[in-house]
Amino acid sequence: MNLLGKLDWDAIPLHQPIIMGATAFMVLVVVAVLGFITAKGAWLYLWREWLTSVDHKRIGAMYCILALVMMLRGFSDAIMIRAQQALAAGGAEGYLPPEHFNQIFSAHGTIMILFMAMPFVVGLMNFAVPLQLGVRDVAFPTLNSVSFWLTASGALLINISLAVGEFSKAGWWGYPPLSELQYSPGVGVDYYLWSLQISGIGTLLAGINFVTTILKMRAPGMSYMRMPVFCWTALAANLLIVAAFPVLTATLAMLSLDRYLGFHFFTLEGQGNQMLYSNLFWVWGHPEVYILILPAFGVFSEVMATFSGKPLFGYRSMVAATMTICILSFLVWLHHFFTMGASANVNGFFGVMSMIIALPTGAKVFNWLFTMYGGRVRFSVPVLWSIGFMVTFVIGGMTGVLMAVPPADFQLHNSVFLVAHFHNVAIGGVVFGVMAGYNYWFPKAFGFKLDERWGKASFWCWFVGFYVAFMPLYLLGLMGMTRRMQHYDNLSWQPWLIVAAFGTAIILVGVVCQVVQLVVSTRNREKLRDVTGDPWNGRTLEWATASPPPAWNFAYQPKVAGLDAFWNSKSRAQATKDEPMPTRKYEPVEMPKNSATGFVTAFFAVVIGFALIWHIWWLAGVGVFGAFMTLLAFSFRRYSEIEVPAEEIARFERAHQAGVAA
Amino acid sequence: MNVAVAIDQISEDALPSASEAGPAPKRIVVTYGFWIFLLSDIVMFAALFASYAVLVRSTAGGPTGAQLFNQGTVAIETACLLVSSYTCGLMSLAVNSRRRLATYLGALITFALGATFLSLELREFSNMIAIGATPQRSAFLSAFFTLVGCHGLHVALGLIWLAVMMVQVAVFGFATRVQHRLLCFSLFWHALDIVWVGVFTVVYLMGVSP
Repeated sequence: MNLLGKLDWDAIPLHQPIIMGATAFMVLVVVAVLGFITAKGAWLYLWREWLTSVDHKRIGAMYCILALVMMLRGFSDAIMIRAQQALAAGGAEGYLPPEHFNQIFSAHGTIMILFMAMPFVVGLMNFAVPLQLGVRDVAFPTLNSVSFWLTASGALLINISLAVGEFSKAGWWGYPPLSELQYSPGVGVDYYLWSLQISGIGTLLAGINFVTTILKMRAPGMSYMRMPVFCWTALAANLLIVAAFPVLTATLAMLSLDRYLGFHFFTLEGQGNQMLYSNLFWVWGHPEVYILILPAFGVFSEVMATFSGKPLFGYRSMVAATMTICILSFLVWLHHFFTMGASANVNGFFGVMSMIIALPTGAKVFNWLFTMYGGRVRFSVPVLWSIGFMVTFVIGGMTGVLMAVPPADFQLHNSVFLVAHFHNVAIGGVVFGVMAGYNYWFPKAFGFKLDERWGKASFWCWFVGFYVAFMPLYLLGLMGMTRRMQHYDNLSWQPWLIVAAFGTAIILVGVVCQVVQLVVSTRNREKLRDVTGDPWNGRTLEWATASPPPAWNFAYQPKVAGLDAFWNSKSRAQATKDEPMPTRKYEPVEMPKNSATGFVTAFFAVVIGFALIWHIWWLAGVGVFGAFMTLLAFSFRRYSEIEVPAEEIARFERAHQAGVAA
Repeated sequence: MNVAVAIDQISEDALPSASEAGPAPKRIVVTYGFWIFLLSDIVMFAALFASYAVLVRSTAGGPTGAQLFNQGTVAIETACLLVSSYTCGLMSLAVNSRRRLATYLGALITFALGATFLSLELREFSNMIAIGATPQRSAFLSAFFTLVGCHGLHVALGLIWLAVMMVQVAVFGFATRVQHRLLCFSLFWHALDIVWVGVFTVVYLMGVSP
């Protein structure tokens, strides 16, 4: 028996210059970041204030940073795919060998869905939901830290797969029998399985945390119909997480059992059933796309109301539409494989359900339009992303309804028409949404606004680049091009694929603009400083506190008498501004203590995952033991809270009020 | 707009009903969160049940449930688990009235019954494996071992949890957080019973019916 399992020097792909180049670049960046932290002497600060923080705002920010970093990784994959397909026509083979190309599209999908979009929306919810609800933190702050670090562990494992071994070549959904040991004997699928499993458990815990927070921890007076729409969409998304992610856990566990212990869930032998996997996977997978898009809808609702200076049009219908989508999202999964061969009635049912989902979504689009109508719209960066979303998402939605018709789907299934459709809704919906949210809440999180000019440049590049990159794919799909082709013979496709690659280059400029925006804004932060805590003339409670908010969020418990709680308070304050404010007596606040539990548990999770991928059984045992002891140590902790003295809160609040009055 | 804004100045009658009266007490929040976790756990079992139902006839020429299952053992297992839920309830009563000895006794009996259940289940598994009915034999047996084994794994984790909780009662007494955790444990233990009722019905009763 080998002490290192399957791991040896051959695992490092030294003979592949592209992979080694990417690895070298990644290592350089990591070394540079670590060196920078050491040079600044910031390790202790980092450990105390961030890595062990259980503050929902810090955790939210870390989720978003993780998402932005992984977006760069996933986007590099996208550029490589587009470049390969622009080149590899006729006899040409392009520059990527098939086994590498397959890894790239698998990694691109996995990363973009689970390690870019997912952390971004969870990060925005983490940051904004407790503030909007007017409470001090989420229901289980330490669990929140565990959730984040488990997600980061999954992302780390995927990045390790670049340098050590390989990633899956079986697509981001990992359909058997291709993903079974028989056809994928390497460690690629195992990297896929364990990174998804670990981050999936993190997400599930986050879902439990947020459902509890939203349903049980709201400011006094905040009845359900007084919650901001973003909280409603967060509630719907987290209900979906709680109901869908366990299915992913079970499905991945079954595939793992097949691969590790010779079980026969989805194998060709032993009467395994491959379509069972497809069903289970999409029972999770379809709600997953609504987990991503619903919070984005919430962001647009907040942005539209704030920047139009009007209450959201049709609040009740927005809530109803959100919850309708939440339920319907569980009734459409079969449209991912109409060609499986189910009976016409089954396909018909799922086709009709898929079309019905367009109704509540359409209602939402009209609500946003009517919110703008008659308002004084300020065309700031978040609004541009929102308007770009409305135009783009409607087109993507319509091609979706088109494919929901089973006979049409038989023609379009597995073509790049489908690729164009889901990028149309994923970029036009989710990416535009998180970008709107990022620009909208950034000043709240860090105390200064992001630069408008670079933000607008980024938006326009993304917006134009998206159309140039993906509209050709609709045509190519209708011309019969299937997805995931490493090379092709039909030369009439090539011009369109070159156009698509050009579009990706425009998006690249947009991504560069975003990076520049962040750098420029940080450099000019004194000029962009937000001292009032309310840079956009906001409506909801997160704008009632300082930017960035103190650890305790609110100096005193806010009370809510209606929708748009902060807006109402402001109106009242305006009416009574000649009366002196009563002097306020502040109470000390109990805050959850920092904890290394999340970070240490996640460290052991990485150890477990890596050991299982490489069949290093003793190391997996060490990891399980370590994680168990960490949780045990946490459970024996005597003090879980510290008290913030009233004077500190009073001092902070006086400084904030001085900023407001200035 | 350069004016101080108070965000807690509202008339008291604007406050809606008691259920909207602000953040719930810790005990409610903890148990509510745990309920949500239990629901998610039950969804995971639902996926395993569905897979079992799909694969139950896929025996690949190997043994079927009717040939393998021993109703007698399963009846004893079921009795152990159901009685352990009762004793777990007695333990909860003892916790509520802060009786340490009764708590230990309730936990001990619960633990013993759970351990008996687990050993009977393991014996059933090893008997099956001994006659070649391994999870590698057929898709049906893969699904069987996974579903029943996952429940067994939950019981095993519950036993570890119970042991840790007794140490915590010894160290911390009936501290608030210990009480919350014991409450969550009893919810967990009862939920395992509910899942077992499903396993008993779907696997063992329906498995032997023609």
